[in-house]
Amino acid sequence: MRRRFLAQAGLAAAAIAATRTRPAAAQAPVEIQFWHGLAQPLGGQLEEIVAGFNASQSAVKVVPSFRGSYPETMVAAIAAFRANAAPHVVQMFEVGTGTMMAAGRAVKPVHELLSEAGVSIDFNDYLPAVRGYYQASDGRQMSMPFNSSTATMFYNKDSFKRAGLDPEVAPKTWEELGEALKKLKAAGIANPMTTSWPAWVQVEQVLAIHNMPLASLGNGFDGLGASMQVNNPLMVRHMNNLIAWQRDGLFKYGGRDNAADSLLPAGEVSITMGSSSLRARLLREARFAWGTAMLPYYGDVAGAPRNSIIGGASFWALNRGPQGGRSAAEWKGVAEFYRYLSQPEIDAKWHMDTGYVPVRRASYQVAKSQGFYEKNPGTEVAIEQLLRGGETTPNTRGIRLGGYVEIRNIIQEEMEKSFQGQQNGQQAMEAVTQRANTVLRNFERQNRG
Amino acid sequence: MRKTIFKGTALPLLLIAPQLLITCIFFLWPAGAAIWQSLLQEDPWGMSSQFVGLRNFTEVLAEPEWRGAAYNTLIFSTSVAVLAMGTALFLAVQADKSIRGANLYRTLLIWPYAVAPAVAAVLWLFLFHPSIGLVGRALNQAGIAWDYKLNGNQAMLLVIIAAAWKQVSYNFIFFLAGLQSIPRSVLEAAAIDGARPVRRFWTIILPLLSPTAFFLLVVNLVYAFFDTFGVIHALTGGGPGKATETLIYKVYVEGVQNVNLGSSSAQSVILMVLVIALTAVQFRFIERKVHY
Repeated sequence: MRRRFLAQAGLAAAAIAATRTRPAAAQAPVEIQFWHGLAQPLGGQLEEIVAGFNASQSAVKVVPSFRGSYPETMVAAIAAFRANAAPHVVQMFEVGTGTMMAAGRAVKPVHELLSEAGVSIDFNDYLPAVRGYYQASDGRQMSMPFNSSTATMFYNKDSFKRAGLDPEVAPKTWEELGEALKKLKAAGIANPMTTSWPAWVQVEQVLAIHNMPLASLGNGFDGLGASMQVNNPLMVRHMNNLIAWQRDGLFKYGGRDNAADSLLPAGEVSITMGSSSLRARLLREARFAWGTAMLPYYGDVAGAPRNSIIGGASFWALNRGPQGGRSAAEWKGVAEFYRYLSQPEIDAKWHMDTGYVPVRRASYQVAKSQGFYEKNPGTEVAIEQLLRGGETTPNTRGIRLGGYVEIRNIIQEEMEKSFQGQQNGQQAMEAVTQRANTVLRNFERQNRG
Repeated sequence: MRKTIFKGTALPLLLIAPQLLITCIFFLWPAGAAIWQSLLQEDPWGMSSQFVGLRNFTEVLAEPEWRGAAYNTLIFSTSVAVLAMGTALFLAVQADKSIRGANLYRTLLIWPYAVAPAVAAVLWLFLFHPSIGLVGRALNQAGIAWDYKLNGNQAMLLVIIAAAWKQVSYNFIFFLAGLQSIPRSVLEAAAIDGARPVRRFWTIILPLLSPTAFFLLVVNLVYAFFDTFGVIHALTGGGPGKATETLIYKVYVEGVQNVNLGSSSAQSVILMVLVIALTAVQFRFIERKVHY
């Protein structure tokens, strides 16, 4: 409680300071507060783009400010909104999307913002897996897609060679992967495989790639009444595989979120699955030849593989507080900022500099025409995986569940209990379903009004 | 004893005003807000709120996760208090002897108290991390499967050690002061009567230290209840599973991570009741023991 009070006091002080420094002159640019959750070096690269926008015109000035990790940024924005001092634009990670969608008039939907300001952005050119994640179920764009990634597999080519595996051909299916793990183990690698983002990679991605639902009502896109559907034969089979591999020393659980990111670069494991942006770290730290490949799938599941889903974040326009309180000029400024971000050249540069995927087909073409993919083999894998199977299905659009930050933690906790040997895959998925449904019902109750 | 009585009420009020103001702003207001919030059901953005009476409390108390956290808190707090006080008492007894460089030892032993909880946690992480920690690697090489990220008991052990380590210094100062205030003549008389050091410790030193020990027990329990957030957050984040999630950590998870303000407030109100009870016990005891 003290923490919340201090946060509010701090925000109030910041708001006072902000109003005081606002220039009084009539021709002064409209100031747009922009909060983001990217630490260095990504945060600096993002702020360079903002600086580019500010230099490109004189009517609007966007003021970026780093607010800690994604969850911290989300909570800061919510606290600021309650204190009537919300930023104009906040960067929100993809798991917060369900919470934002239910935020009602706290949020200014992108389609409304653009049409009022008379600015148009061609969202049809955006990758379906990217735009769909941030659309209402009727296809209206709710937030502005920006930094998106997806999960891919990275592997150590040197240890593949040592184990007598073809270093140029990564395992395509989980069955092949299982065989490869045994060979790697036989070649003396103590724990051949790990995973980052256990819930995102081993549950959400696995379900999407096999075109299976994570929750009812189209993964929550069609309403707040969705309930979990992870307790299905595919998920149970996958969990039991991971549990057995963990027991046999083929798989090493490396911790929650991105805690396992360090294991492949350090040479402790030969295969990892994680965000496509892990590439930058491998370039910097790996002392061995490595390759990138798509996530594996179960070869005997009909309809697999489909596209994977995205991670990363999008930009949300917020009202100042519960009473609204933004001028048309401010909204217009936000719209202009969005239009700048949507340019293929800007997006392509961001993609090539950072390892995030291009969010537009046009930006993909820009990167292609500059020969980026020939010079940087492996960088195309993530995009191809996102585009696999054509248009997205209700199971591969993404996840739209309220309280999903909490649900992801529940999934991680139940996976940890399984890896400790306390429960099997079936029990883990039952526990996830039961606990996550409580969260969903609670969220539904809070947001009905 | 004569009390000084001010005439009128304006001056006395003025004199205690700063303290009253601080209490109101930093305790009464937020505590009141928490109590009010604990009776509401609200969406994260605070746009619709509804009075739900005690429903948040009944739901929290019925949650198996909350009871799990309460159990963890009990194990954690008792172990931290026992470990921190036991170690501190041993060290204080040793440092109280007439040895060369006693002052240096004392100073060194007080140092850890100046280390911030998160920094303390990182120090322990560098020792016990299974792949980068000095001790962690040694354990694994010796054939002991040490991985506190996956083994709940090992994780609990680690946060207990890290939290207790920080509190040893504080306890040490109080125990040392307590030991030094025991009259030498009593100890010498016992020695002349033939009591050996161990016997002197159990029959004279320990009983005379008991007020200090009780005070420290309460302080240590309160510390373990409320002040160990930083250690747990930096070391385990409450995991693996929910193995190291204590009540105070759960308040944070519910309120700050999950933005479930009603439930989080209900949990902090429950904690507030617990600390008031602990403090009441402490005051009663000190009241009884103070004139001895």
